[in-house]
Amino acid sequence: MTSAITSRRRFLGLAAGSALGAFGLSACGTSGPAQPGGAASGSAPAGGAAGTATMWSLTGQPNEGIRQDSVDAFNKLGKGTIKVTFFQNDPYKAKIRTAVGAGQAPTLIFGWGGGILKSYADAGQVDDLTSWLGENPDFKGKFIPSVWKAATIDGKVYAVPIQNTQPIVLYYNKTLFDKAGAQPPATWDDAMNLVNVFNGQGVAPFSLGGQSKWTSMMWLEYLFDRIGGPEVFDAIYANKPDSWSNPAVISSCQKVQELVNANGFIKGFSSIAADTQADQALLYTGKAAMMLHGAWAYGNMKATQPKFVASGLAYGNFPTVPGGKGDPKNTVGNPANYFSISSKATDEEKTVAKAYFTDGMFTDTELDAYIKSGQVPVVKAAQPKLASSPDAAFQQFVFNMTSQAPSFQQSWDQALSPAQAETLLNNIDQLFLLKITPEQFATAMNATIGN
Amino acid sequence: MAALAPLVEDRTQLRERGQAPGGGKSRLGILVLPALLMFLAFAFIPLIGVLLLSLTDWDGIGAIQFVGAQSWRQVLTDPGTWHAVWLTFAVMIITWLVQTPISLLLGTFVAGQQRYRAFLAVLFFLPLLMSSAAIAIAFKSLLDPNFGLGAGLHLPFLAQDWLGDPTLAFITVIFVIAWQFIPFHTLIYQGGVRQIPEQMYEAAQIDGAGRVRQFFFITVPQLKYTIITSSTLMLVGSLVYFDLIWVLTQGGPGNATRILALDMYIRGFQANQMGAASVIGVILVVVGLALTLVIQRLAGRDLAASQMEGM
Repeated sequence: MTSAITSRRRFLGLAAGSALGAFGLSACGTSGPAQPGGAASGSAPAGGAAGTATMWSLTGQPNEGIRQDSVDAFNKLGKGTIKVTFFQNDPYKAKIRTAVGAGQAPTLIFGWGGGILKSYADAGQVDDLTSWLGENPDFKGKFIPSVWKAATIDGKVYAVPIQNTQPIVLYYNKTLFDKAGAQPPATWDDAMNLVNVFNGQGVAPFSLGGQSKWTSMMWLEYLFDRIGGPEVFDAIYANKPDSWSNPAVISSCQKVQELVNANGFIKGFSSIAADTQADQALLYTGKAAMMLHGAWAYGNMKATQPKFVASGLAYGNFPTVPGGKGDPKNTVGNPANYFSISSKATDEEKTVAKAYFTDGMFTDTELDAYIKSGQVPVVKAAQPKLASSPDAAFQQFVFNMTSQAPSFQQSWDQALSPAQAETLLNNIDQLFLLKITPEQFATAMNATIGN
Repeated sequence: MAALAPLVEDRTQLRERGQAPGGGKSRLGILVLPALLMFLAFAFIPLIGVLLLSLTDWDGIGAIQFVGAQSWRQVLTDPGTWHAVWLTFAVMIITWLVQTPISLLLGTFVAGQQRYRAFLAVLFFLPLLMSSAAIAIAFKSLLDPNFGLGAGLHLPFLAQDWLGDPTLAFITVIFVIAWQFIPFHTLIYQGGVRQIPEQMYEAAQIDGAGRVRQFFFITVPQLKYTIITSSTLMLVGSLVYFDLIWVLTQGGPGNATRILALDMYIRGFQANQMGAASVIGVILVVVGLALTLVIQRLAGRDLAASQMEGM
């Protein structure tokens, strides 16, 4: 009898411990900003500078190095010291959420704007910067105007744009187009014709890393806009009841399923993960002719396949849909990244953070570094510098896309609340697998309104 | 060091009290203490926490709001939950059916004295040395329809959409789980088989029993408790398969491999619905406990009975 009891208890421990392990881990993750700033700057503050602020940012070159250099330079100005700690993208997302929830966020919080920023703002964890920006119109005017939208919640600005702009671009393999004697698609009908042309040649028309789901989402982001204009998603974002039942939604979903049925996407797209960059590999190895992807893919491909980028890569806007309402210049993607200021920081820390905004960020040196790495910083001053860059053509294309877009729709999974985003990605996956109809998609998504 | 002092004192006092009745028991009580504290801190308290969280609505950042049974209603009326429950049991039973016979046979084989046995055993146990994430990444690359083994070797049969087709993805996940865990269970069975007294086989041989009959009438019955241990580990362990499936498919395509453990993670850490995720957590605990109790009941009725009668 004794042995039976002990083993039952042991199994209770086993079952409970393992099922709850995830929760235990999340609790352990709150080491907070007190952590010594790993890669923190070695340079001491010059003179009797006031205050030290903390900053969390993301690892990964070139932006990690650019941020480090920018912080080092700022620390020498004598306007305070910033200690920066870098984290990997995915662990950071979990860690920052726990830290903010526990009131232990760093002074400067790296983020993506949109739904997550809204949850911080709703919980009163980040400062409203509207009045400060009002007092500093020169600073506010530095930026390409369309990038402020994702930092603005109910008319108040809670974050400052940083780094580079990343609209979604349609990439082509020029060699395959030349071989097929085809032109890049200007309209949706062109695109559907190209599907037949390339399938006839034994090449997949479109590459897609469907397992990542946000990759499939980019197709719907553009189709919604091209067919129904930005109002379609604006209504969804505003949580208007039944806003997913808009005819433009149904029609976009039908178009996607027509494309899937016509074998428009690479075979096995639903098991390809974008994280491994296998979708980009399909384009440059000539297994797929086109790919809808973020502007960041240019830099990734340039790093691994410089020859292909120099001679075999072309790019353009998403095709228009005949009879659609959206401006063909509208774009979607990630307007920028953002820094917010934690409301839990001391006044001294906040002063240093704001001094960094105005005097430390987007200096000439920082701009040159972004441009040299093939990226397009989110400030107007970048434009005259682009012409002399080795990637001038692509960077000017991206700059114009961002600055001339009447509407720059932020990626939906970042604009919506995390709960809505998760349901959305799941339903998009099923839509692309033809497991649900456009009507079922709309019904499932309408149920998330107000959540 | 200072913290140790009172414990040491306690022990000396106990010793001084000598063989007083009950002294032995309290000494045992102290021995249980570390395990008990660990259990309280890392299993029991979080369990209470999850139970409480399941009655709340919390996004991980804002205030925690008690909403009663709302999260429970939301989760239990969601067809996705029942799909996940069904998948979890399907994975549990199918992996058990696949792994048990193979591990049992392999375990019996590597327990023997054949030529090349040691060499083969090393090969069989190789997967034990690899972490789940590494196994998943390796299989994901090997099974890639465009760049994987099939495409590389130009073998159309291997170039299936292994992880992109809902049915194939489920089968593939079962296969990779089996590939990872069969070596472990083989090891358990090997140990079990080596415990069986040689005389039993000798007696059977004298009575004219062949290899097959020896296996079914001596090895399998003698391994009864090994089978129970191994099965419990497999069945209860299958409730918490997470890393392997997460890296392979992230629960997809669609919801084809979204078992409860993944469902819990996705709800909790992607959708930030801690209430709903805690409900799944509680369900997992209850299912795990029930399962363990059932196995114990089914197998444990004659726990005290000897299998060595007459030896």
